[in-house]
Amino acid sequence: MVSLMTSRLPPVLGEWIDRTQPRAFCFEGKHYSGYEGDVISSALWAAGEHVLGRSFKYHRPRGILSLANHDVNTLMEDRFHVNLRADVTALREGMEVTAVNTYGSGGVQGDRARFVDKLSGLLPVGFYYKAFHRPRRFAQQWEQFFRYMTGLGRPKFDLPRIITGKRYDFVDVVVIGAGPSGLAAGIEAASCGASVIIVDENTRAGGSLGYARGGSDASYDRLQQLLAQAAHLPNLQIRGGTFAAGWYTDHWIALVDDQRMTKLRARATIVASGAFEQPAVFRNNDLPGVMFASAAQRLIYRYSVKPMTQAVVLTANREGYDAAADLHRHGIGVSVIVDLRDQGENAIPESLRDVRVLKGSCVLEATARGNHLGGVRVAAFANGAPNFDHSESFACDGLLVSCGAAPAANLLYQAGCKMRYACEVEQFIPDVLTPGLFAAGRVNGRHDLEDRLLDGKRAGREAARYLGLSQAEPLSGTLSWRNPTHPYPVVPHPSGKNFVDFDEDLQLKDFHNAAKEGFDNIELLKRYSTVGMGPSQGKHSNMNAVRILARIRNEPIDQVGTTTARPMYHPVPLSHLAGRGFHPMRQTPLHTRHQRAAAVWMQAGNWWRPEYYAVGRKSKLECVRAEAHAVRTSVGLIDVGTLGKMDLYGPDAGEFLERVYTGRFANLKIGMTRYCAMIDESGVIIDDGVVGRLGEQHFYFTTTTTGSANVYRELVRWNVQWGLDIGIVNVTGAMGAVNLAGPKSREVLAQLTQLDLSAQAFPYLGLRQANVEGVPCRLIRVGFVGELGYEIHAPAEQIGVVWDALMRAGAAHGIQSFGVEAQRLLRLEKGHVIIGQDTDGLTTPIEAGMGWAVKMDKNFFVGQRSLRIVEKRASKQVAMGFTLPKTFSGEAPKECHLVIHAGNIAGRVTSIAYSEALGQHVGLGFIVPDLAAEGTAFQIRGEGGVMIDAQIAKPPFYDPAGDRQKL
Amino acid sequence: MKLLNCPINGPRPVSEFAYGGEVRAMPHPPTCTDEQWSDYVFNRNGAPGVKKEWWYHLASGVWFIAERDTSADHVLRTYLWGEG
Repeated sequence: MVSLMTSRLPPVLGEWIDRTQPRAFCFEGKHYSGYEGDVISSALWAAGEHVLGRSFKYHRPRGILSLANHDVNTLMEDRFHVNLRADVTALREGMEVTAVNTYGSGGVQGDRARFVDKLSGLLPVGFYYKAFHRPRRFAQQWEQFFRYMTGLGRPKFDLPRIITGKRYDFVDVVVIGAGPSGLAAGIEAASCGASVIIVDENTRAGGSLGYARGGSDASYDRLQQLLAQAAHLPNLQIRGGTFAAGWYTDHWIALVDDQRMTKLRARATIVASGAFEQPAVFRNNDLPGVMFASAAQRLIYRYSVKPMTQAVVLTANREGYDAAADLHRHGIGVSVIVDLRDQGENAIPESLRDVRVLKGSCVLEATARGNHLGGVRVAAFANGAPNFDHSESFACDGLLVSCGAAPAANLLYQAGCKMRYACEVEQFIPDVLTPGLFAAGRVNGRHDLEDRLLDGKRAGREAARYLGLSQAEPLSGTLSWRNPTHPYPVVPHPSGKNFVDFDEDLQLKDFHNAAKEGFDNIELLKRYSTVGMGPSQGKHSNMNAVRILARIRNEPIDQVGTTTARPMYHPVPLSHLAGRGFHPMRQTPLHTRHQRAAAVWMQAGNWWRPEYYAVGRKSKLECVRAEAHAVRTSVGLIDVGTLGKMDLYGPDAGEFLERVYTGRFANLKIGMTRYCAMIDESGVIIDDGVVGRLGEQHFYFTTTTTGSANVYRELVRWNVQWGLDIGIVNVTGAMGAVNLAGPKSREVLAQLTQLDLSAQAFPYLGLRQANVEGVPCRLIRVGFVGELGYEIHAPAEQIGVVWDALMRAGAAHGIQSFGVEAQRLLRLEKGHVIIGQDTDGLTTPIEAGMGWAVKMDKNFFVGQRSLRIVEKRASKQVAMGFTLPKTFSGEAPKECHLVIHAGNIAGRVTSIAYSEALGQHVGLGFIVPDLAAEGTAFQIRGEGGVMIDAQIAKPPFYDPAGDRQKL
Repeated sequence: MKLLNCPINGPRPVSEFAYGGEVRAMPHPPTCTDEQWSDYVFNRNGAPGVKKEWWYHLASGVWFIAERDTSADHVLRTYLWGEG
């Protein structure tokens, strides 16, 4: 059955609801109906439901407080979402929501955990710290109990993954807040020619112009004028339902809406974010029915909902009287206006002339009728102290609180602005703004409507002037310091339950106790009491906490200070932050061919490479061994297009290579190549490859797969300083490359090229340029895998033609494409090191046994000076090759297993594999010099501590004379 | 996110750049002592203040120098090598 709507007003000018579009929904298992444009809270309030949530600690009934997401009284969950903020969550057809933090079948009305409220005396401030402190033997039971009782909402583990992409945007001026000052600022900046985006967390623009009407519709008419002006400016955009989650350096602002995060780059920021209305602290100030004046006005003017039928108004400002006039206008009785100020208000709205006003008075306590406000007790109030001896009671079902505001200055703090406490308005206002940042309106301490409009216009023009878009004079004019904020709206009570922080159920006495226990610094107080650490992050509690602490310490508020306001302004869903995940991987031009050949992929740097090619149901090991066997006995083909590839031109090219590599290259003959090793300034080996000379002033060289970007970057940097006459072109992506290897490779290649491939015409380490299958290629005779072989480099878009032709031409010889794993095995049999596997971040070429590649007699090369120091010292370890006995069976050692000698670590394994060609395990590693002599027996500690016998052997293990590669 | 002013490409988001360490003068290798050389290679001064730093614009391959006040994370100026 659908509950009857009991509190919906007749149509109100400017209401957000669409009465032609009813929305059925379900709360706590009961059916309700609201309208399109409602939020969950407004629809429930309209239906007479006032207990919308239970408080975090004491499970007290809670209703609407701010209706603005400045508190979390109304946290709910549905099938997909945890901790929905019902005050700002749009009502949708078919919604099924329940309040979080309730126990038992009674739901939010009869929450079984409400007994905790009666135990509050046993739950002092800092309760968790104390509970877990001692006795320790209870800690485990405590923990289980707390895990059951605490926390908000239940995580959902069965949700679909929703990919939330990010958006990027650029604008001259971003305005945070679309209230009167924000609109005025945006209109002025846009009129000066700036592109402007105004964002506001509310779905519609206008801020308080829409709801703080004071008994007439004048402010609403003002809003329509402003919106009409804005609509005429094509360079002005207003985005509702969007909040600025954080301000980052150089006006980089995270905008969050319900779909995604937008990263906005602005050139200037105007913060017109307004202020948070603040609660008065008195006993039972959290009863459903006690709400901010602005919340009641939002209910009336946005959702056409009667907040109550008979009201009491507690105020300390003009706004409270205006709100009372709004109530009166919509048929709500106002029993009494309780004004905290001795002097009261001068100009009381005409419609309230018959209402009783009690000046210099406070609400001593609110009293309950069931789960709802039933009345208030009012007493005289002076200097923070009520007169307990004489009080008067008033029955009501609603209490409006309008005692002041705290600036929504979060972004100003994040931007590094200096704030000061202005006693004129009893609030923090910006004192020193950082460049390009402007503040206007309530956040700037301006509370009168005309002042806010003028202040906005001033900020808009200043922003335009800052960007050089306006020559107009800065706006001048005297603004008033109309102050809506009471310096101490806090009423003590011997029975407590006068809440300061509604998220965390913190009462006034908790602050006094925390201070007594020594936590009387604002940062300590926050952490000990958890004030401001709940989901609303202090929006309604920090300012009162600061006031209370200032009074306890008897210090001015400026000296007490504030806690640090960090992003995010509101919580942001993790899916918004995670975005879609973006880790681009590189593919070689032959990628699809490998895919068709059933490649099993591995990552090498940011490249995908075939680890091996799967064949039927064969194991990885069988596949790898078959690939290696083909290379040793016939012919194989591997994609080596991931190698870094550089062209180097210019008269100083030879000199440049001499400086950046350890070897000698100035004398390299045209048409020849040479191994090259690169070390850093500390002498550590960082990269290697092959340098070939194509012409007097033209070299072509390769780097490791993972090193290409960094090597290129460092080479460019060196030459920025040296100014040699060279040009380096990184052609890694522009060139593809394959390595054709095996005793039959010459026969295969000869079918596709006119080039004379004889050993005399094209010797080992030679470099030639020739067409292969009509494709212009660079061919290098290399020996990395230890067989006759040709590395063939061709333009990326044509390397596929070469690959296909080689596979066809090699078919008669059973040509086998092979992957990285087989190549690693083949090179290990030859004892060739892989930089980064057989060397580490401390390995010098001297240690690595690569002294032959280092020409110390050169004038200069990077790292040479360090090697001069290193070579004077005895090495602590040296590179070694080793074999396991042919009879070895069992689990072989792995990379990184240690050599143990006389109980000490004496080295380690860096590469190891079983070589079918040799019939035993072979490996590389490091060992102490004492054990490095060929033939020395030593032990490796393998998996599970098993000691395994090994013997030093000099690489290459296979074809030591290198006859096969030089054929 | 910060903007960094590349002398060639103008202001770009800092995510387009790589930091290349502090600019340090290399002592003359043939004549410096081992201690001087080791100091150059291994020691860095992390004290806050105005530092000359190498920055690299990844997208275009431009190396340049930024003078940055590390105590305020404020870039004072940027220029190409040799133009400071």
